[in-house]
Amino acid sequence: MAERPGERPAASGPARVYSRRRLLVTSAAAALSGAAAAAVGVGIADAGSPGAAAPAAPDTREEDTVPFYGLHQAGVQTPAQSAAAFCAFDLHADVDAAALRRLLRLLSDDIARMSAGRAALADTAPELAAAPARLTVTVGFGPSLFDKVGLAAARPAGFADLPAFPTIDRLDPTYGGGDLLLQICADDALVVAHAQRMLFKDTRAFATARWTQRGFLPQRPAGQTGRNLMGQVDGTVNPRTDADFDRVVWSTGTGWFTGGTFLVFRRIRMELDTWDELDRSAMEAAIGRRLSTGAPLTGTAEHDEPDLDAVDATGLHAIADFAHLRLARGDGPAIQLLRRPYSYDDSPGADGASDVGQLFCAYQADIGAQFVPMQQRLAAGDLLNQWITPVGSAVFAIPPGCAPGGFLAEGMFS
Amino acid sequence: MNSRSTTHRAARWTLAAGAASLLLVAGCAATSSGSPSTSSPSMSSTSSSTAAGEVTIADTWVRATPGTDDPSMSAAFGVLTNHTDRQLTVVSATNSASDRTELHEMAMVDGAMVMRPISGGITIPAGGSTTLEPGGLHVMLLNLTTPIEPGDEVDLTLTLDDGSTVPFTAVAKEFAGANESYSPTSPMDSQMDMGSATSGHG
Repeated sequence: MAERPGERPAASGPARVYSRRRLLVTSAAAALSGAAAAAVGVGIADAGSPGAAAPAAPDTREEDTVPFYGLHQAGVQTPAQSAAAFCAFDLHADVDAAALRRLLRLLSDDIARMSAGRAALADTAPELAAAPARLTVTVGFGPSLFDKVGLAAARPAGFADLPAFPTIDRLDPTYGGGDLLLQICADDALVVAHAQRMLFKDTRAFATARWTQRGFLPQRPAGQTGRNLMGQVDGTVNPRTDADFDRVVWSTGTGWFTGGTFLVFRRIRMELDTWDELDRSAMEAAIGRRLSTGAPLTGTAEHDEPDLDAVDATGLHAIADFAHLRLARGDGPAIQLLRRPYSYDDSPGADGASDVGQLFCAYQADIGAQFVPMQQRLAAGDLLNQWITPVGSAVFAIPPGCAPGGFLAEGMFS
Repeated sequence: MNSRSTTHRAARWTLAAGAASLLLVAGCAATSSGSPSTSSPSMSSTSSSTAAGEVTIADTWVRATPGTDDPSMSAAFGVLTNHTDRQLTVVSATNSASDRTELHEMAMVDGAMVMRPISGGITIPAGGSTTLEPGGLHVMLLNLTTPIEPGDEVDLTLTLDDGSTVPFTAVAKEFAGANESYSPTSPMDSQMDMGSATSGHG
């Protein structure tokens, strides 16, 4: 993980947990080599263990695992894996706080095990858990969850459904809403599918599946920005450093939600058949960036700072007033939220029309102050709106992470 | 006798069990006392033992009962590891959810696979492991009067032939399998050794 920019295990407290865990993994590897087993056993005994000396998941390479435990949930700051499934559920009517707590403990245990390359309890295909391919499972709550389980007071302040964006939205409820989200990401679609199946088995006693949307990203070198199905380099301006994440993504404060974040999930269909009618310069003008490199039209490299005041030979802004880049930024700072989108490509309709687009995922500390103003600017003036249509929409509060022995959102129950 | 293959697989599971224990240790060391220790860590990595640590059990779970063919019955599973240099045998068990607990094996009776009380208990080889799993050896919970819901926890205690006990907690999980019919008859001859008693089901 260390070679991936932007990755960090957690902030101060849980970092200790993480490093301890790394140590254990290292010890496990050493034990496997044989000679060190006894020494590991002694160390365990000193720490008060019952004495089981055998390490786990011997076939799992550490670089294939993303730590589950930490101040924040994995799957947000984690560099985006290449395959994802977003699964929303509605709680059964009889699920109360105690039942939700049981579900979250089951899910947390499943996720902790599978993230580490170990089978979840009662897995009927445990071999499929052996190579986790950086599996992360991120749990989120819709605004409707808190009232349903009698925990209205635990709903994070200001957390609510998005306002309507009537000029652009063509929302299909089939693709939106939900009480509970499981965001499953890995670098192997088989791993995603297996984790999804295991998690569904443990969720079905508590909730009904509402929608599942699958996405993918190009395989690419660590740190390289991916491309979307329009061919654009997508995700250039994003938080990179821990300080960026603390400023933009993680919820602060003193309540149980501290260290959590908020996800805006939008299924955005791309009208590629009409997009194809544009020539490349028009495509580039719509975004304000070059298709070849992702560089702003005023620069030469992807990460060059765009010059929003520059004018071209005609006296107009080189980055047009309707350009996606300009409107997304507004008057604010360059980095306004974390974008961690996936492409989707579903079955064409009966008429042969493509059903492709992006599962737009934006993570932020405050939806009302970050995503909403940006979306309002884009809804009003973004030329790209001619070729993209929001067809699904949901918001989820992503609780903070947990420590070993704990479970996700446990603070909500105290 | 199929003990070789059983042991081989058991060894693999033991590795997983061991790591669960390792992580639990890390958790105990790093977690503040915010959550009740009786409820949270146990399900992720239960590994209890006798005072001497002779036998541990990990990856413990119990089948949730709602929706099953007979909600008055359930079964508990896990991986037993014997840390001593002598064979030990689980001879009895109790559980917190009902007044009747049995040790079961799967056996072919009149051409059908059934579960039945195991004669002579469940052995754990010296320095080895025995896996309790659906379709194999398991701890049977009978006479249940209230449902075991998914996520519930059941406390169980195993008693070994040397008189020591192995208490542990098992979390309930919904599970589609383990629908074997119950034959409440023990094998006719208690002198069968464990290998032949479990032959074909490990």
